[in-house]
Amino acid sequence: MATSTDKQHYFVPDTTIWPFLASVGLTTLLMGFINILNDGGGKFLMLAGAVVLFFTFWRWFGEVIHESEGRIYSSWEDKSFRLGMSWFIFSEVMFFAAFFGALWYARVLSVPWLGGAGEEFETHKWLWNSYQAVWPTNGPANVGGEFNVIGAWGLPLVNTLLLLASGVTVTWAHHALKHNNRKHLIWGLAATVALGFIFLFCQALEYSHAYHGNLTLGSGIYGSTFFMLTGFHGMHVTLGAIILLIVLIRSIRGHFTPKNHFAFEAAAWYWHFVDVVWLGLFIFVYIL
Amino acid sequence: MNAQAVDHADHDDHHHGPAKGWMRWLTTTNHKDIGTLYLWFSLAMFFVGGAMALVIRAELFQPGLQLVAPGFFNQMTTMHALVMIFLALMPAFVGLANWLLPMMIGAPDMALPRMNNWSFWILPFASAMLLATLFVDGGAPAGGWTMYPPLVLQTGAAFPMLIFAVHLLGISSIMGSINIIATIMNMRAPGMTYMKMPLFVWTWFITAYLLIATMPVLAGAVTMLLTDKYFATSFFSAAGGGDPVMFQHIFWFFGHPEVYILILPAFGIVSQIIPTFARKPLFGYSSMVYATASIAFLSFIVWAHHMFTVGLPVEAELFFMFATMLIAVPTGVKVFNWVSTMWQGAMTFETPMLFAIGFVIMFTIGGFSGLMLALTPVDFQYHDTYFVVAHFHYVLVPGAIFSVMAAAYYWIPKWTGNMYDEKLGRFHFWMSTIFVNILFFPQHFVGLAGMPRRIPDYAVQFADFNAISTIGAFGFGLSQLLFAYIMIKTAIGGKKATSEVWEGAEGLEWTLSSPPPYHSFSTQPIIK
Repeated sequence: MATSTDKQHYFVPDTTIWPFLASVGLTTLLMGFINILNDGGGKFLMLAGAVVLFFTFWRWFGEVIHESEGRIYSSWEDKSFRLGMSWFIFSEVMFFAAFFGALWYARVLSVPWLGGAGEEFETHKWLWNSYQAVWPTNGPANVGGEFNVIGAWGLPLVNTLLLLASGVTVTWAHHALKHNNRKHLIWGLAATVALGFIFLFCQALEYSHAYHGNLTLGSGIYGSTFFMLTGFHGMHVTLGAIILLIVLIRSIRGHFTPKNHFAFEAAAWYWHFVDVVWLGLFIFVYIL
Repeated sequence: MNAQAVDHADHDDHHHGPAKGWMRWLTTTNHKDIGTLYLWFSLAMFFVGGAMALVIRAELFQPGLQLVAPGFFNQMTTMHALVMIFLALMPAFVGLANWLLPMMIGAPDMALPRMNNWSFWILPFASAMLLATLFVDGGAPAGGWTMYPPLVLQTGAAFPMLIFAVHLLGISSIMGSINIIATIMNMRAPGMTYMKMPLFVWTWFITAYLLIATMPVLAGAVTMLLTDKYFATSFFSAAGGGDPVMFQHIFWFFGHPEVYILILPAFGIVSQIIPTFARKPLFGYSSMVYATASIAFLSFIVWAHHMFTVGLPVEAELFFMFATMLIAVPTGVKVFNWVSTMWQGAMTFETPMLFAIGFVIMFTIGGFSGLMLALTPVDFQYHDTYFVVAHFHYVLVPGAIFSVMAAAYYWIPKWTGNMYDEKLGRFHFWMSTIFVNILFFPQHFVGLAGMPRRIPDYAVQFADFNAISTIGAFGFGLSQLLFAYIMIKTAIGGKKATSEVWEGAEGLEWTLSSPPPYHSFSTQPIIK
């Protein structure tokens, strides 16, 4: 932790244009998407926004990496970064909590009520009184038609093992970094990134199976919760894998020291977070 | 030690002053510049949201339909709420946090200055996206700021703009909050322990936690709305096994903590101001801290009191009723502490103190009507009436907004180095206080008599009170032009303020010059 002598001077960066440009990029991207949703042409706008956003982040983070490698940051600034990342991950936890909450609410409360459990709620009584509550369900109107459910013990189990293994390899890489063993650091990270991308491949395969079995985003509440939870998880795995890939490239270039490697740890924390979310998914979406 | 600090100054960008020209405001990483941006932005949006409120009140001046079409009236009620909550009040509090936290804890700046810039500069884009909905096919969102499905799914081209504006505003709030927490946890001066922090710092610390915990939940909820409308999901459709009430649960899981996000920083402000003008230390400092934390905790387990009439199981109604009533305990602790601080104090009544006392009295009126609404069987009668409107406007206008004005008068001499016009300030306070009561007090009566909210027309027996209320609204609105005038005038010039500004003021911010140096505490003070 920071000692009092570290606290002589806190680095406050000079002016920066990147945040403003990031807002321009993000807004352009969203305006494109909005136009598409409103049945207009928006692909070009979306792409332009994405390019601006990508370019901005590239330069913004590049500047921070440059400062970090220039040893401008002491343990005082380092702690701000760590706090920032921890609380960001907490916000991500709460984002997933909304979707897990929807899943539990549907399974434990609203689907049984719709099937007539409890206090004879009106929706059952007047609208769907022949509906029997089961899980999985696509609702009394059989929205999206009959579908096949993905079993837990095939691809999802493989995916669980892949992610658990990647948790081990990233820890291996961390230990190697702390002991200044660059070769093992690079191999550990490379293995983690590889396992991440294999996971994504398996997930894509699983989605294709699901759609062939007519399990789609439109398959009622089951399809909704299944695809939104696994889909957002997959997006986070993608992001995590990209972050790890950048950390890997930086490791190959000789960045980080046994004492100074915030970016590595942030990536590892994020990776463990997506790992834990997956375990929740495996239990509540696939097994139960 | 000093030599070291000077040495750093020679080779770092850190000690430069502001950039030249208008690019300063686009590219700044300085907490004061960013605070200033937030505050002016908030003031502008306060008038935008206020203009919408006046459209509503003008239509309600008499029964029948006079000025606007019912659809547009609904757009106004929806947009007024969204603008006031997300574009006026929240940015005002974040602006105050930016200006004050580093000065109060003895820090050179916020912990993450580049991200601080981004937190602000998302706002104008998000606001433009939200306000632009007024001009698209089908008009602005009109289903209420709570965005309940299935009604909100009938929104026209504005729908995805609403959803993504909410996402952007959420990103801005989350980044702002992360920054505030990191600043408080990491940037305090040596010796500034947690229990020595000024209460404004404490209340923002807890508010930031609430924001990080709940804004992502709102993001999740509106994402489900988006996929229900465009991607065939069935989260809120019973036909597909979903449940529209589920949206209300998720929304209010965000929504109730959000209510406290709008009031906890106000508690902090009032707890700074009252001791200064009572010339006594705050009564019960530690109980204030614990009360704030208790309110924050309770905010997570009371959400369904917004939904007593949707058909919850009776166990749920009981639980949420009792949990809600519990909030009165820590809130009561606060009110008693403010009163006890003033008790036997050597009080003077400068404008900030007037607003703070006004806050204590009128917020408490809103608190009491809240307690009435907490009672489930009583709420069955009051739900969706003007009584609810009166309740939350009492806590938000002479509550939260008065606290922001108190803060503006209290700290603007520090920020600008100029004293505001005390006579005009007091005049502004009395105009605001008189008119805000003419505006909102009669709404209790029409509400109890059964007048529904969010309706452009009403039965004739409500006519007199509605006419009075509308007169109050225009009086209050015009009084705020005075506020803008006083603020702009003070920002431009005026009698010079001393460093301490107020005779009885305590805290690190008063040890800096008025206006303070561009970087607050380049060398941290040592707190004993």
